[in-house]
Amino acid sequence: MTADPPISIQRWTNLSIGVAIVVAVLFVLLAAGPAFLSENILDRLTVLFIYVCLAVMWNALAGYGGMISAGQQAFFGLGGYLAIRLSEWGVEPYLALVLAALLAGVFSLPISAIVLRLRGGEFAIGMWVIAEVVRLLVNLDPIIQGDTGRSLIALASFDAAQRRDITYWMTLASMSIMLAVIFVMLRSRLGSSIQAIRDNEEAAASVGVRVSVTKRIIFVTAAIGCALAGGLWLATFTTFQPRSFFGIQWSAYMIFMVLVGGIGRFEGPILGAVIFFLIELWFGTAGVWYLIVLGLTALLFSLFLPGGIWGYVEDRFHVLLLPVGYRVRMRGLAASNGDSRQSVSAN
Amino acid sequence: MSFITALLEGVLLGGYYAMIACGLSFMFGVMRIINLAHGSLAVVAAFGLWIIADRFEYDPFLALIVVLPVMAGLGWLLQRGILERSARSGELIPILSTFGLAIVIENVLFECFGADIRSLAPYVGSLAYDSFDLGGGSYIGELAVLTFAAAILLLGGLQLFLTYTPLGRQIRATAEDPDTVELVGVNSRFVNAVAASIALVTVGLAGLFLALRTNFDPYSGSLQLIFGFEAGVIGGTGSLWGTLAGGIILGLAQTLGAHIHPQGFLLAGHGVFLLVLVGRLYISRHAFRGFLKARFGW
Amino acid sequence: MSLLSISALDIRHGLLQAVREVSFQVEQGETVALIGANGAGKTTLLRGIAGSHRPSNGQIRLDGTDITRMPTYQRVAMGIALVPEGRRLFAAMTVEENLQIARASGRKGEWTVDRVMETFPMLKPRRNARCGTLSGGEQQATAIGRALMTNPRLLLLDEVSLGLSPLAVNLVYKSVEALIASGATILLVEQDLNRALKVANRVMCMLEGKIVVEGNAGTLTREQITDAYFGHQKRGQAEQT
Repeated sequence: MTADPPISIQRWTNLSIGVAIVVAVLFVLLAAGPAFLSENILDRLTVLFIYVCLAVMWNALAGYGGMISAGQQAFFGLGGYLAIRLSEWGVEPYLALVLAALLAGVFSLPISAIVLRLRGGEFAIGMWVIAEVVRLLVNLDPIIQGDTGRSLIALASFDAAQRRDITYWMTLASMSIMLAVIFVMLRSRLGSSIQAIRDNEEAAASVGVRVSVTKRIIFVTAAIGCALAGGLWLATFTTFQPRSFFGIQWSAYMIFMVLVGGIGRFEGPILGAVIFFLIELWFGTAGVWYLIVLGLTALLFSLFLPGGIWGYVEDRFHVLLLPVGYRVRMRGLAASNGDSRQSVSAN
Repeated sequence: MSFITALLEGVLLGGYYAMIACGLSFMFGVMRIINLAHGSLAVVAAFGLWIIADRFEYDPFLALIVVLPVMAGLGWLLQRGILERSARSGELIPILSTFGLAIVIENVLFECFGADIRSLAPYVGSLAYDSFDLGGGSYIGELAVLTFAAAILLLGGLQLFLTYTPLGRQIRATAEDPDTVELVGVNSRFVNAVAASIALVTVGLAGLFLALRTNFDPYSGSLQLIFGFEAGVIGGTGSLWGTLAGGIILGLAQTLGAHIHPQGFLLAGHGVFLLVLVGRLYISRHAFRGFLKARFGW
Repeated sequence: MSLLSISALDIRHGLLQAVREVSFQVEQGETVALIGANGAGKTTLLRGIAGSHRPSNGQIRLDGTDITRMPTYQRVAMGIALVPEGRRLFAAMTVEENLQIARASGRKGEWTVDRVMETFPMLKPRRNARCGTLSGGEQQATAIGRALMTNPRLLLLDEVSLGLSPLAVNLVYKSVEALIASGATILLVEQDLNRALKVANRVMCMLEGKIVVEGNAGTLTREQITDAYFGHQKRGQAEQT
């Protein structure tokens, strides 16, 4: 007689199906945004979407890959710069943004060859150095004119409303694609590999995970993502200034968003980006106090709540909104174990 | 500027880099933590010295008597308050903690002191400008020589301390095996706090020489961190004298780079750093072993 | 009062319960051998007594003082010394430095670097050699010497014969026997059953975290011990019911 197996593995729970439907509806509403939302709100949403992109990419590197980068601004700035460069050569501006991101991905390959052998804090500072080098090299291009910067002039061929709408849609699309890419990655074998590497690189290698290849894929993906965000930032604010695009504050923002939102969780960076966006909305004009608060919050979270808000919520209430992990359900766990949890989830 | 002068300047600059790298490598060696706030802490020391020199009119060198113990105390607090706790969550969290700390420090400094660039050079007479004439059109700055000498003394002193004192032994053992060291009666929490204090004392000293040889502002820390890191990597982790070698190579690359092109200073330094990084990866793996085999039949 | 008193000790090793409700005593001057298959929990128990693992339940008392919550280095100061499995010497430091560092415990006593050299004459020519360059036997001697430098009241030896040639093991055990003769209290984990029985007053056998057999080395039969070692006892009981 065969009894029901005591263990079953689920990927989709009822809750996650519900959430997926909500997300789909939200996406449709947002896509229709330009039809009913005010210009002000569209602008702000564009900025929010860019923040989400940055947070998601940084989380992919650090939270899933275990690679903490203090230098993603290298690609953010590179995306902006290459967009300007390509546009100067006659490429249509919005196309230039996309090409710039892909080009940045190409450049990230040799960079990865140098930098991926570093681990931990050395990798973090190593990326910082790369960002500085890229900034210095970009400054050598005469069209940049040092700190004055350069505008994406070709955007002027669109009128303001068109520009706003196109930029909005592009940003929404980019964010959605990035989220989708990460989602699919996590559910795939690559996702398990990358998390295995994060948890223990040697152990992962010993079970056959191809460590360098996997890390490289994540690195290049994050590079493209950050570069695209940089291009979109350029499209939103029109002017490229090296000091601003290559500034360390971008790393501070990314670290804040992911640390506060929840590192290593899918929903974490999204939450973090929203929180960051709101703080900037309310306190962004407070000058350095704004940065002090950001830094202090990141520091406090790292000490007392390293899993971030979403990490806390997920662990405390065993909630898994989106099906990136597996749920192992065990029937009839003996009460003598002292552990009354009926299911164990792994992310 | 003659080539010889540039060469000498580069070597002596290495002394400063060795000083700033020393504490960073030391902390990494003992506690496996890279302190991203390292550079901004040097700037804190620089501002501390500046206040004493400017408001209270003391000689900056004398001001060390106040600032260095304060830095030691800060090191203790840093370890016990932040590093120890964040290290419990894994290897990666301390990076985030120290990064957050760096952001807080530099912006608090900005809030207190504003954006003006400052320097300690005006408070030491003509030390920052005097030079020794070596003949043939070559000069070396007195300050540069003093900095280099201070670096040698610092590294030498640290080396002696680590080799011959009981506490130094404990630090070395803790760096090697923090679990086993407890089994022989060493309080590793205490040892780590001492190591952090020592690291910050070196940072304080580096802050003095930073402020003497150049202008600084609240945001100068990032660059110092990068230079210290590069010097440490070029020299190879493991020995204090390696840090000096790394500093010298970095200093040389930078000054020779500046000789060639106005933007060359930073680029040449970073370039050498990246080259060493790439080179080390290959040499340390196949090539070197193959070389040994071919040459010596090992 | 017993020198060491363990009651109802539970120690987790990650998710695994490595030591389950273990209770026993060790008297002053006794030598107790802890035997059992790999994974039985012997090393975890020793490390728990030394302080490297925190128990989730139970008590450890040294001469009546409760040391269960005491950090490792303080237990050393109270007189517990562990020679860890695998020696765990500071490889980059010399033999002499490894011995010197144990003075950190602050305990006064007869053990000095010179006395350790006398006890382990093989170390004399290697006094200034880096521990990474020593042979297995020399490393073991240094590790034991390092523990002795803390002038312990209770010496914990974890698998001192592991990875050594038979000759080296002989030498090591000769020193252990000398220590016993001088009145030391020793709790040792040993894979080699013969050695354990030869050197110990009492034997305890662990299986899956519990002590399943305990008795004087002389009175326990080989059969009793091997049954307990492999768990035949349990199976035998199960078949009877």
